Amino acid sequence: MNELIRLLSYMIGIAAFLGLNLAYLGWVERKGAGHFQRRTGPKEVGPYGLLQPLADGLKLMSKQLIIPANADKALYMCAPILIMVPAVLLFVAIPFGEHLVPREFNFGLIMMFAFASVGGLSILIGGWGSGNKYSLIAGARAVSQNVAYEIPMLLTAINIVMITGSMDLNEIIRQQGSYFWNWNIFRLDKSVLMPVSFLVFFICSLAETNRTPFDMGECEGELVAGYHTEYGGMGFGLFMMAEYANLVIGCSLTTILFLGGWQSPIGIWPGPHWFLLKMYFLVWCFVWIRWTYPRTTFWGLLNLSWKYLIPFSLVNLLLTALFIKVF
Amino acid sequence: MNPSLFSPEGLAGVIFLILICVTMIGAIIATCTTRLIRSVSGLAVCFVGVAGLYYFLNSPFVAMMELLIYVGAVCVTIAFAIMLAEPDEAKQARKITGLSGGLAAICGGFFAYALAYAAVNGKWMTPAVKRVNDGSLKEIGLSLLTRYSMVFELVSIVLLIAIVGALVLAQSGRDKA
Repeated sequence: MNELIRLLSYMIGIAAFLGLNLAYLGWVERKGAGHFQRRTGPKEVGPYGLLQPLADGLKLMSKQLIIPANADKALYMCAPILIMVPAVLLFVAIPFGEHLVPREFNFGLIMMFAFASVGGLSILIGGWGSGNKYSLIAGARAVSQNVAYEIPMLLTAINIVMITGSMDLNEIIRQQGSYFWNWNIFRLDKSVLMPVSFLVFFICSLAETNRTPFDMGECEGELVAGYHTEYGGMGFGLFMMAEYANLVIGCSLTTILFLGGWQSPIGIWPGPHWFLLKMYFLVWCFVWIRWTYPRTTFWGLLNLSWKYLIPFSLVNLLLTALFIKVF
Repeated sequence: MNPSLFSPEGLAGVIFLILICVTMIGAIIATCTTRLIRSVSGLAVCFVGVAGLYYFLNSPFVAMMELLIYVGAVCVTIAFAIMLAEPDEAKQARKITGLSGGLAAICGGFFAYALAYAAVNGKWMTPAVKRVNDGSLKEIGLSLLTRYSMVFELVSIVLLIAIVGALVLAQSGRDKA
C-alpha cells in the first residue's frame, strides 16, 4: 500500500513539474529571445508577462479543431499524442535526487534512448498525416536528422557506460564524487577527451530536440512551419510542449551523464537543488544558442554528423577503452 | 484453479492479455490496411506490444532493444523508403484476387497449428520458472561474451559487409548516379 501511495504521489509530482516546465519554458524562451534581440519580450499579461503561458494555454484550448481535408485523419490525430507520450514517460527514470527517483531501472540509460527514438516516428507520422508536401518534407528532414545524431549520442553515452560499468542512471551519478573535478566531464584520468565528449553529447542533444541551429524540421523560411504546419489549437500546443519536454529530458540526461546529477560541486549539501540548477543552466544555454546562431543548411547538418561526429565518437570510444585497459 | 482478478497473478494475466491484444491489433492493422504508411504504423504498434511482452517476461533489456531497433530504426527506415519511393496514388495496395486469399488462409492455419502443436507437445529442457532471470542485462551480457561469442562476432561481420556495401553503392557520388 505504501508503494502505491509513493507511486501515485510521484505521478502527480511529475505531472505538476512537467506542466510547470512546459508552460514556463515557453515564457523563458520568449523572454530570452526578446532580450537577446534588444526587445522586452512578453510583458503585458501579469507582472513581467508571467501570466502569458496561462493566456496562451487558454487560447490554444479554446480554438476550433480543424482537420485539413487532405489529411489522413487517424494518423493526423494520433501524432501529437504519440509525440507527447514517450517524452512524459521518460520522467519516470530520471533521478532528481539520491532518493528522489520514481523508479530506479538498471537499464535506465538504454530506456532513455529507446523511448526517445519513438519520437522520430511520431514526427514522421505527423508530417505524413497532414497531407501537405511541406509537412512531409519537414518530417523526412527531422527524422533523418534524428537518426543521424542518435548514433554519435549513443556512442558517446557508451563511453560513460564503460567508465561506470552500469546503465543505472543513479549509479552513474553516485560514482561521480561530490566535488566538481570528480564529474565525468573533468575525469581526464579515464579519457583525456572527456570534455570533448561532453561537447559532442551537447551538440547531439541540441540536434535531437530539433532546436536552432539544427531545426531543419521547422525552418520557417522554406517549409512554412515544418511538420506542424497543418496543426492548429492544442495539436500545435502538444508539439510545442513535446519540444520543451524533450529539452528538459535532454538537459537532464546531459546533467546526469557528465555534470554529476544531484552531486554538489563544492562537497556540501548534495540534493535535487543542484540537479535542477545544472539542468536549468543547460536549458538556458539551449535558449542562448537558439537566439544567437543562425540556422545551418541541411547538408551541412548531415555532414557534421556523418563526417565529423560519428568518426570522432568511434575514435573516442577506442581511446576510452585503451585508457581503461592501460590505467 | 483460477486466481481472482485482483490478486497479483490475476492482474498479471490481465496485463498479459492487454499486451497480446496490442500485438494482435498492430499486426492486423499492418496486414489489412490499404495504405502503406498505415501498415508501418500498425507494425510499430505490433513491435511495442512485443516489447511489452518481453518486459512482462522479465527481459527488460530485450524489450528496450526491441523499441530502439525495431520501432526507432526499422519502422523509420521503412517509412522513409515508402515516402521516397512512390507517389501516394500508386501506393494503394492491389486487390487480392480469387485463389490467393484461400491459399493464404490454409497456409496460415497450417503454420499456426504447427506452432501450437510444437508449443504444447514439445519437451522443454528446464521449467521456465527456473530460468526467469535469463533475460536480465547481466545474463545477456555474459552469454553474449561466453557461450554465444562466435555468433556475436559473425553478426558483426554481417554488419561490416552491409557497411562496405553501402559505401560501394555510394561511391559513385550524387552526380554520376
